[in-house]
Amino acid sequence: MTEVSLIVIVPIVAAVAAALAGRAATVIGLAATLAQVILAALLAVQTRAPIGTEASQIAIGGWPSPLGIAFQADGLAVLMLVMNGLVGLAVAVQAAGSPRTKRGFWPLWLLVLAALNGLFLTTDLFNMYVAFEVLGLSAVGLTILTGTPRALRAGFDYLCAGLAGSLLVLLGVVLAYSAVDRVDLAALPLLLDSAEGQLALALTLVGLALKAALFPLHFWMPEAHSGAVPIASAILSALVVKGALYVMLRVTVILAGDLDLLSLTLAAFGAAAMLWGSWRALHADRLKLLVAYSTVAQVGLITVAIGLVQDPASSALWQAAALLMLSHALAKAAMFLSVGRIAEELGHDRISGLNRSDLRPGLSEFAFAVAAISLIGLPPTAGFVGKWIVMEEIIAAGGWPWVALLLLGTAMSAAYLARVVSRCLRGGPHMAPDARTPALQAGDVAALALAVLALAMGVLSALPFALLNGAMT
Amino acid sequence: MTATLIYMAAGAVLAGLSLYRLATTGDLFARIVGLNVLSVALGAILLAAARGPDGTDPVPQAFVLTGIVVLVAVTAALLALAETLAGAGKGSRND
Repeated sequence: MTEVSLIVIVPIVAAVAAALAGRAATVIGLAATLAQVILAALLAVQTRAPIGTEASQIAIGGWPSPLGIAFQADGLAVLMLVMNGLVGLAVAVQAAGSPRTKRGFWPLWLLVLAALNGLFLTTDLFNMYVAFEVLGLSAVGLTILTGTPRALRAGFDYLCAGLAGSLLVLLGVVLAYSAVDRVDLAALPLLLDSAEGQLALALTLVGLALKAALFPLHFWMPEAHSGAVPIASAILSALVVKGALYVMLRVTVILAGDLDLLSLTLAAFGAAAMLWGSWRALHADRLKLLVAYSTVAQVGLITVAIGLVQDPASSALWQAAALLMLSHALAKAAMFLSVGRIAEELGHDRISGLNRSDLRPGLSEFAFAVAAISLIGLPPTAGFVGKWIVMEEIIAAGGWPWVALLLLGTAMSAAYLARVVSRCLRGGPHMAPDARTPALQAGDVAALALAVLALAMGVLSALPFALLNGAMT
Repeated sequence: MTATLIYMAAGAVLAGLSLYRLATTGDLFARIVGLNVLSVALGAILLAAARGPDGTDPVPQAFVLTGIVVLVAVTAALLALAETLAGAGKGSRND
């Protein structure tokens, strides 16, 4: 079981090495990302107890839970680690293949990776707070890599929002401690017994909503995600927002069914986010902004599923939420990587200009379209399987209005993604026989690989479900 | 008991003032100061809450200390960002 702590230690050490190494940073970064894939795969093939049962915990340095740092690699955590590995590998390949990647990218990416891994594995709220801080600071670093005033401004707002969110989480954690004298996740049910504990829980969830960019607390996110370099946007949109969503899912799984008002509020804001994000994406004039608002909408969709989570023993809703997180990570990373390549070839990312240049649609446009299929949730993608199970479980619980909202959100996502895809297919100079063919780069292949993986994950969805159930062999 | 109440009340007032300032100002430096005041206010509330009838519990103090360390780091990053932004603004407007 040594891999469990290695998966956090390796990226931290590699981040420091990459910061000091100068030219070798690319090699170190690629190697550490590859190590993530291998370690996550090793963890995935181990058998483990199903979620909700007291699985074996690893106490770092021999210190037990209240004082020390305990890690627990259950199915949900390992699925998220695999997600980090898959998305990370594609992003690292594009970053290594592009001559424009700044050297500062590698240490920042590895710190993001270490913080996310730690966040997914830790079993107590205070360690989550610390992981969020490392995550927030390095994610802001990724946002401002371009160094343009717009990106700096977005980074400033991001950091402010992140700090405010962290303060709320910290306030929640300390209140939780003063209510029940513990901060480990297993103590969450005790919080519901007292007013102070409930306040602590509510504050933590609001802080998490701010960090996950859940409507109406998403104000900082579209600028930050659309202003960054494409590889950074892919990391921010696909992985970083998943940190807060993951903690929300943990909380609702542990408290399944006992959170009446809080979880309904979560689901309601999720539905609002889905509609508002889609609406703004329908009216975005730039590709990157459209993809960023699509993240607002998708965070909403996942939050609806998280908010409505029922008892994990009798309902598969939490597994569907986890699958939607994985599917969104793969598809959204593919989308940002391909949009980055499209903008590189076109020289701009205005949607109206897609069919007004003499550039033939290439592999990156194809990757975008395949990723769009997964985000909309058409069969046979993972997005489809996730949405299908969410709706099935909601119908079984009698929540028809939610199904209507989900269908409306799905239709809107099809509409805003079709804006891009139809432009590429429509007639224009880009379809002329003398149109130039875009150059082929590692980034195109990485984006397409991720998009195809999101598509294939629907057919292979038995794998993530087996992993979540702890029965992966 | 009175000391606890005074700390709690002072923390609440400070938190309210800083939130008001944060919500109404666009000035970068004022926002950095606002966030710092907010953090100190929350620290005061938390430390007051940690005081029990039989002495003080060290664990919340450790939490608040971690929060202060994080705040210092984030403030440094925010100041660096604000300075770069001010420099960039001057460069583009030529004033």
